[in-house]
Amino acid sequence: MSNRVAFLQGNEACAHGAIYAGCRFFAGYPITPSTEVAEVMAKELPRVGGAFMQMEDEIAAMAAVIGASLTGTKVLTATSGPGFSLKQENIGYACITEVPCVIVNVMRGGPSTGMPTGPSQSDVMQARWGTHGDHPAICLVPASVQELFTETVRAFNLAEKYRTPVTVMPDEIVGHMRERIVFPEPGELEVIDRTGPTVGPDEYKPYDTRFGDVPPLASFGSGYRFHVTGLNKAEDGFPTTRAEIVQAEEERQLRKIENAVDDIVTFEEYLLDDAEVAVVAFGSIARSARYAVNQARKAGIRAGLFRIITYWPFPERQIRALSERVRAVITPEMNLGMTVHEVRRCVEGRAPVSGIFRVDGEPIGPGAIFAAIREVR
Amino acid sequence: MGFDYDKYIRPGKLPHIWCPGCGHGIVMKGLIRAIDALELDKNKTAIVSGIGCASRLPGYMDFCTLHTTHGRAVAFATGIKMARPEMNVICVGGDGDGVAIGGNHFIHACRRNIDMTYLIMNNNIYGMTGGQFSPTTPYGAKASTTPYGNPDPPFDIAKLAIGAGATFVARGTAFHAAQIDKLLAEAMRHKGFSVVEILDSCPTTYGRRNRFKSVVEMMNQLKDMAVPVTAADKMPAEQLRGKVLTGILYKESKPEYVEEYRKLVERVRAEG
Ligand SMILES: Cc1ncc(C[n+]2csc(CCOP(=O)(O)OP(=O)(O)O)c2C)c(N)n1
Ligand code: SF4
Repeated sequence: MSNRVAFLQGNEACAHGAIYAGCRFFAGYPITPSTEVAEVMAKELPRVGGAFMQMEDEIAAMAAVIGASLTGTKVLTATSGPGFSLKQENIGYACITEVPCVIVNVMRGGPSTGMPTGPSQSDVMQARWGTHGDHPAICLVPASVQELFTETVRAFNLAEKYRTPVTVMPDEIVGHMRERIVFPEPGELEVIDRTGPTVGPDEYKPYDTRFGDVPPLASFGSGYRFHVTGLNKAEDGFPTTRAEIVQAEEERQLRKIENAVDDIVTFEEYLLDDAEVAVVAFGSIARSARYAVNQARKAGIRAGLFRIITYWPFPERQIRALSERVRAVITPEMNLGMTVHEVRRCVEGRAPVSGIFRVDGEPIGPGAIFAAIREVR
Repeated sequence: MGFDYDKYIRPGKLPHIWCPGCGHGIVMKGLIRAIDALELDKNKTAIVSGIGCASRLPGYMDFCTLHTTHGRAVAFATGIKMARPEMNVICVGGDGDGVAIGGNHFIHACRRNIDMTYLIMNNNIYGMTGGQFSPTTPYGAKASTTPYGNPDPPFDIAKLAIGAGATFVARGTAFHAAQIDKLLAEAMRHKGFSVVEILDSCPTTYGRRNRFKSVVEMMNQLKDMAVPVTAADKMPAEQLRGKVLTGILYKESKPEYVEEYRKLVERVRAEG
């Protein structure tokens, strides 16, 4: 049987990806430019026996998905800028309690109300550091409608596998553009389910490190009774202020992601083998960058593209290796300079790193990137 | 033989953090008796709280327990109930948690009429943070942030709940301990969003500042203030001045949210 083909908007593809991954609970609050995710979930979830809720605000939406996830359900919420800010406290709660959930943040201009219908890529640091305290972060930045589908599926897999919130962050252009998409058949993409406990209720502890850095999570209502708190906790889930336990637990939560970067970090390298100029870009701007790289090649300049797909954890090792080969690096991004700092941190002075920054609601086109390539060469 | 509370308390989790004379412990015992009366299955019962002294309650209870963020208990609980409708869901917390920072979630849960019980321990103060005024602190009362007396008028939690659409609303006091479990049991039997406000006391941060000489005096005030709603009808208005009504204040039958949503799912699936 042939795969189903459709012409879809990015946000719609995202919602369909969530259903494919097994998402059965959505809670959200309307906000441009993410609302279509909620609209498709409202339509599709009842059809598969799931539940959709429009909550009173984004704080409640984040809370409701965490509550639902604790019953063993795969959960999604979707929002943009201001709503992403409101969710931050409860995202931190999901981090410390290690409750799987997927958050879609379709990036629009900011801060504050900013430019609700304008594209942006300026929430990437918020995705890493938006909630207070030390915590791990996984953030995926797809660049096409098809990829928004597949990355949403991967977000669920990572959330369930590593017991952590995962953020999917298309910029407004990717969220709203329409493209051809081929729906994967059931079973075609890997779908990972949560690892349940292998011990009985009497022996179960929600943060039992005997089972590794990602301890199995039981479900409320399944015969396992346990406590979940946002206070620093011991392996039995109860609050503790014992210095050595707090330190060890916080370190484990970072380590569980740091040790898995090879499994988590994804990227695309285009014409980089012999490149002397590397463009590092993501989302819709990576599409402009690809075009600019082709133009440069035609003009006899050896340019290449490093496309970030997993923004957090940042592809540090790959960009470090890249900086050993190229003469210059350019980071075009729809913000006033965020990725450029991460790239400089990895490049460590081995090559000059320059940026093209734009926050006026217009995308960065191939022309500007091509001009920058010519300039640095 | 006395009532066996230990059956429902997590081994090794006592003593609790509450101060001597705090009303929260009395309320917890009432909740345990209500759960016992209804023979709720521990594995199918979630107790969810926000942040505050009152919100520490779930940690002591041998159920599926969730201690969330300040004010958000009802929103977390809504997710649990929607994803696992067969679970009994009980929310607990203080007045600050419930109707200040959590006020929006509170009124919307009332409006939806989602089947859960919300127990609010109203001690008219933010106990945990050292006694700042809350939305239920009486006008003129002293708190650490109202050194010249409280300029804010207070909420009536029960009226707020009724106005927002809750289908069961009751009020009791920590003094009337024997009534707490009766009210809670009725609330949990009710299908829909039920609110039980228990007037409570915080001797440490409210009592001392407001010239209560002892815990006993605070308790006596609760005793004197309360008028059973059943008796109020026959009382003249001047006798009711300064009093609060206790008992089941409101009850009605309305479609319940989870059931309604399940019907919607069935209809959509039948249509294909
Ligand atoms: C977002 C947030 N704001 C403020 C606080 C600080 N805080 C902790 S408990 C509390 C008040 C608790 O009062 P109440 O809910 O009435 O419960 P009580 O302690 O009196 O039982 C506050 C303001 C917090 N934990 N989180
Ligand atoms: S501070 Fe007040 S509310 Fe908190 S435990 Fe002490 S008496 Fe109870």
